[in-house]
Amino acid sequence: MLNLPIYLDNNATTPMDPRVLEAMTPYFLKHFGNAASRNHPFGWEAEEAVDYAREQVAKLIGADPKEIIFTSGATEADNLGIKGIFEMYATKGNHIITATTEHKAVLDTCKHIEKQGGEVTYLNVQPDGLIDLKELEAAIKPTTILIALMYANNEIGAVMPIKEISAIARKHGVLVFTDATQAVGKIPVDVNKDGIDLMAFTAHKMYGPKGVGALYVRRKNPRVKVTAQMDGGGHERGMRSGTLNVPGIVGFGKACEICMLDMEADTKRISKLRDKLEESLMLLEEAYVNGSREHRLPHVSNISFKHVEGEGLLMGFNKNIALSSGSACTSASLEPSYVLKALGLGDDLAHSSLRFGLSRFTTEEEIDYTIKSISDTVLKLREMSPLWEMYKEGIDLNTIEWSGH
Amino acid sequence: MAYSEKVIDHYQNPKNVGTLDKASKNVGTGLVGAPECGDVMRLQIEVNHETGMITDAKFKTFGCGSAIASSSLATEWLKGKSVEDALKIDNMTIVEELNLPPVKIHCSVLAEDAIKAAINDYREKNGMEKIKFEESVIH
Repeated sequence: MLNLPIYLDNNATTPMDPRVLEAMTPYFLKHFGNAASRNHPFGWEAEEAVDYAREQVAKLIGADPKEIIFTSGATEADNLGIKGIFEMYATKGNHIITATTEHKAVLDTCKHIEKQGGEVTYLNVQPDGLIDLKELEAAIKPTTILIALMYANNEIGAVMPIKEISAIARKHGVLVFTDATQAVGKIPVDVNKDGIDLMAFTAHKMYGPKGVGALYVRRKNPRVKVTAQMDGGGHERGMRSGTLNVPGIVGFGKACEICMLDMEADTKRISKLRDKLEESLMLLEEAYVNGSREHRLPHVSNISFKHVEGEGLLMGFNKNIALSSGSACTSASLEPSYVLKALGLGDDLAHSSLRFGLSRFTTEEEIDYTIKSISDTVLKLREMSPLWEMYKEGIDLNTIEWSGH
Repeated sequence: MAYSEKVIDHYQNPKNVGTLDKASKNVGTGLVGAPECGDVMRLQIEVNHETGMITDAKFKTFGCGSAIASSSLATEWLKGKSVEDALKIDNMTIVEELNLPPVKIHCSVLAEDAIKAAINDYREKNGMEKIKFEESVIH
């Protein structure tokens, strides 16, 4: 039976897998100890659980457990990774290369660094959402210490050529940081094969709990160090002080373990559903997929429906289907998504987009309902859209002098 | 953000969606907003020359639910009003009627602007001078 509402906003957060919750529960009540308490069984149990989880997390990304620094989430890991490198390698240089389509946690961190005297290059992306490798290489200078590029984009799911990026970085002796929040647990990520030096990711995007994430920091070839951003008890090898979130970390570990076991089967099933959804919605006139379809996460689709406004479109079904739009019309500024704009989309298409994020728990029935619901709403709103009428009459909307407001 | 019941009702059952013959002398058309701002409203009125009464009103809107509701409500209010009275429709009455939150006030401003633009279009077509309105306070 179809249960409403349907959740298709899994790039924002995923529901927890019941197996994860089950693993976590004892660590709230029975084994509540502080992992840093070295003198009694409560502490030992907690430490043992954290060590085990650290192994589970490390295994998923092909790392050594000692290379995992637990944090409160990906935002903190982004901050620690980028600011930590900027401070640690200050004598080597002050230049960082990133891209305009990064998450705000990376972009705002880079802006902060600029205020501290750092220099940041923001690469533009191509219409498919990927960077031009030649442009990347050309941006490297003697003062460049870090390339910070996301593994997969949160809005369009485009997967960056990380291996090629890291090969260029290595050639020039520059470190590679990647925000892999959307990628880890969904597609195979291997820090050694991919040549990653630092990587931020989080549990709640892969069926784990909120409030726990990690920064991977390479220990060999080269040995990388980051300056701590919080002072305190020197936890996590001095890189991140603060009492460990033991139940969260246990859940994170379990979520990683499940992702590793189920990834192949999940991907096969989810990508089939995503393709069905996308192909069915593309049957509507003037519908466009945003970003690369070839290099993309298997569970993501971002589609613009021309001449229909995103927020108005959501209203047609958001009681029953949870989705997000690239049109942030809720603020007075009416700013459409900066990621879509960076792809070169006009404001009209950027305002007309929907982002779909499927999950392990998405069913075919839900996808069928969604296809019907969205198609109906698009058709209804186009009947109501003056832009659609003009388009149908063959009027070029660019020739009209809009009044704005 | 939760929408008011009235906004939802207008969104689900919009009143007076459609198109009047914009070439007709007794039809005034107002097209306001811009696609890059995320809302475009087209509001049309049909006026009886002799009585000065608005006999019909239609709209089409590209925008969020509040923009659709504001224009739908505006057409309802316009029908049966004299052009003179139509000029008195103030955006804040639309805000109150639809319980629009502050971030959606611009939708009501747009509806008021569309009414004024439609009336001016009608006046111009019929050899009357355009009325000069003060610029909307909220942009």
